[in-house]
Amino acid sequence: MSEAATPVNPASNEPTLAAAPAGDRPLLQLENVVKHFPIRRGIFFKRQIGRVQAVEGVSLEVRRGETLGLVGETGCGKSTLARCITRLHPLTSGRVIFDGVDITRLSAGQLRPYRRRMQMIFQDPFGSLNPRRRVGSIIGDPLAIHGIADGGERKRQVQELMEVVGLNPEHYNRFPSEFSGGQRQRIGVARALALRPSLIVCDEPVSALDVSVQAQIINLLEDLQGEFGLTYVFIAHDLAVVEHVSDRVAVMYLGKIVEMADTAELFGSPRHPYTAALLSASMVADPEKARSSHRVVLYGDVPSPINPPSGCRFHTRCPKAQPLCSVEEPPLRVQAGDPGGHLTACHFPVAPGEQLVGAEPAISAAVTEFVATSPGAGEEETV
Amino acid sequence: MSLSPFDVGSAALVADEDQSLEALDAGRAIEGRSPLRLAFARLRSDRIAWLAAGMIVLMALLAVVAPVLSALTGHSPYNPDLVNGTDSFGQPYGPGQAGFLLGTDNVGRDILVRVAYGARISLLVGVLATLLATVGGTILGLVSGYYGGWIDALLARMMDAVLSFPYVLAAIVLAAVFGGSLPLTIGVIAFFSWAAIGRIVRGQTLSQKEKEYVEAARSIGAGSFRIMFVDILPNLIAPVIVLGTLLVPVAVVFEATLDYLGVGVGPPTPTWGNMLADDQGSAGFGAWWFWVFPSVALLITTLGFNLLGDSVRDALDPRTERLFANRRKKVVVGGGPDASARADTDRLSGGTEAR
Ligand SMILES: Nc1ncnc2c1ncn2[C@@H]1O[C@H](COP(=O)(O)OP(=O)(O)O)[C@@H](O)[C@H]1O
Ligand code: SF4
Ligand SMILES: [Mg+2]
Repeated sequence: MSEAATPVNPASNEPTLAAAPAGDRPLLQLENVVKHFPIRRGIFFKRQIGRVQAVEGVSLEVRRGETLGLVGETGCGKSTLARCITRLHPLTSGRVIFDGVDITRLSAGQLRPYRRRMQMIFQDPFGSLNPRRRVGSIIGDPLAIHGIADGGERKRQVQELMEVVGLNPEHYNRFPSEFSGGQRQRIGVARALALRPSLIVCDEPVSALDVSVQAQIINLLEDLQGEFGLTYVFIAHDLAVVEHVSDRVAVMYLGKIVEMADTAELFGSPRHPYTAALLSASMVADPEKARSSHRVVLYGDVPSPINPPSGCRFHTRCPKAQPLCSVEEPPLRVQAGDPGGHLTACHFPVAPGEQLVGAEPAISAAVTEFVATSPGAGEEETV
Repeated sequence: MSLSPFDVGSAALVADEDQSLEALDAGRAIEGRSPLRLAFARLRSDRIAWLAAGMIVLMALLAVVAPVLSALTGHSPYNPDLVNGTDSFGQPYGPGQAGFLLGTDNVGRDILVRVAYGARISLLVGVLATLLATVGGTILGLVSGYYGGWIDALLARMMDAVLSFPYVLAAIVLAAVFGGSLPLTIGVIAFFSWAAIGRIVRGQTLSQKEKEYVEAARSIGAGSFRIMFVDILPNLIAPVIVLGTLLVPVAVVFEATLDYLGVGVGPPTPTWGNMLADDQGSAGFGAWWFWVFPSVALLITTLGFNLLGDSVRDALDPRTERLFANRRKKVVVGGGPDASARADTDRLSGGTEAR
């Protein structure tokens, strides 16, 4: 999306980003964020028998006014990371720094002012709106909770928000069930916008919507970014959407970021074999052609985050894997020949122009192991 | 998410959103139609509900006019009247004799007047105890389900304990210690009823708190109290209303049982339970009208609330297959809420029967 360098916030008398000091400090910094979900058994004494390593050491920065895209297959930890950023999950370890302040260990009360500046749009336009409450109260809740407006003033502000997101303000008293999916997502956008946040984490905001409606919502989000100087973390598994909206893109695999770069750079010359595979899969629209052409096929499913592969987590499916890959984890770093902002976690990055033709996992042991454990193995996975 | 008719409709409308917006405008009022209001509209078109309401209103009227009946007839509900209330052999009058519409009991008291006064106690205890139990059960169920952890462990065990406790025994002990009284009866009934509601509210809360709207509420800074009572509670209103309605007859029977056993409100206050107990104690003198009329009153009251509860459940949840589908001809007014209401109340009736 556009480079909204100087945030303007005409509709709000709340302090805006422009007033904040240190304008070139990143708005959001994640340092080695780890989130594990314990798996417990037993009724009285709940033994921990394992853990889902949903997010495993993610570090990144989000600059003011930019849109950082976050892509990856379902289950790779995108939503978990989003909930760590907005502090809906407590972190297992690591730090979340919002506008220079470490908010990782803040109590609910201390967090309140940051909740105002950091909002979330959810994937499910049905589940994320309370079916028993009227749209006016849903959008007005943030205003009520933070004591910003009440009574007629709240109603006025809510109707203004409804208008901003393209809803009929007269539908203030309706219930969510009386709206279509796209309209509901607009309600979610209005709720996120109510507190005039600086950062909005959009967790697959259009994945549940019909394609024609997707475009409307994306356009709305882009307009709002320009109007209110918003910074977005935009999660999606649709690469086309991410390419369209993002200034920078981070690719996630099994709880880790495997590649991160400016959008054009990442889509133009992907270095990580996983990114390359994702891109080649998404660029071939026709599945028939896909099967026959030079296309990277990823074998099998994403391994379980309960027991992720050793070394490079991608080595069980990587066409370029070498023995080293299963032993040593590659750090996320600038690879030789890449510009400074292009980070890749791979021992053997894809050379510019290199084709990963007819690729199979290079470590056959891993493949046999995989075939033995997965019923779906051997079939082509269109990633 | 549930698939109410509305959802299906809106899913179909997603494709051309802007047109659908207009279509919605044309078809619907600006004012949103609250699920409860829709349910009420459905309820109004249910004949069984009207019948049930009629039965309840009848008993309520009886309770209201009890003093008037007493004044008009000059028959006291409390004082024995062997002179006017029994014949020259000292035998009670049968129904219709000597101006006693429902006859007299063996100390000459007017059964009609006593049944009417009994309705006051029955309804008072039934409704008050149910209100207390519903409010208490809802709050404790919400807290238990929402907080989880040791709070939940504690409250859930308490609910299990209360539900499996021999409540009649407990009531007898309490009455022996404190002496039977109206407040104690209400308290005992409420205490042994809240857990049925609490358990179901807890279960519902457990599933509701996983919904994304709760996460959304947290992300805008809502505290636990607000999430429980402003966000989750409205989603539990349907099952709570149904459960509450179905709990009234249980409480009424509970009260009658306690009185029958002599550990309830106690004589000389006329209650249906007392009247049934009097019949037992008067072996030899006992006549059929001693027990038939209080029983009929009890039956009408419990049947009325049970039928109403059933109708409310159907109105709140029009999608569930009805057991007596042909018994009821209803106009389905629109989409509706919780499928869980039926399952819950079934569990409730299962639970109370098990006691
Ligand atoms: N609350 C939770 N408890 C246990 N495991 C979870 C929880 N939330 C997510 N997970 C697991 O963490 C992994 C990442 O999930 P998620 O972040 O939802 O992925 P994505 O959004 O990329 O599809 C998945 O394996 C998922 O099963
Ligand atoms: S480190 Fe090895 S296994 Fe991992 S992506 Fe690079 S080449 Fe593939
Ligand atoms: Mg997700």
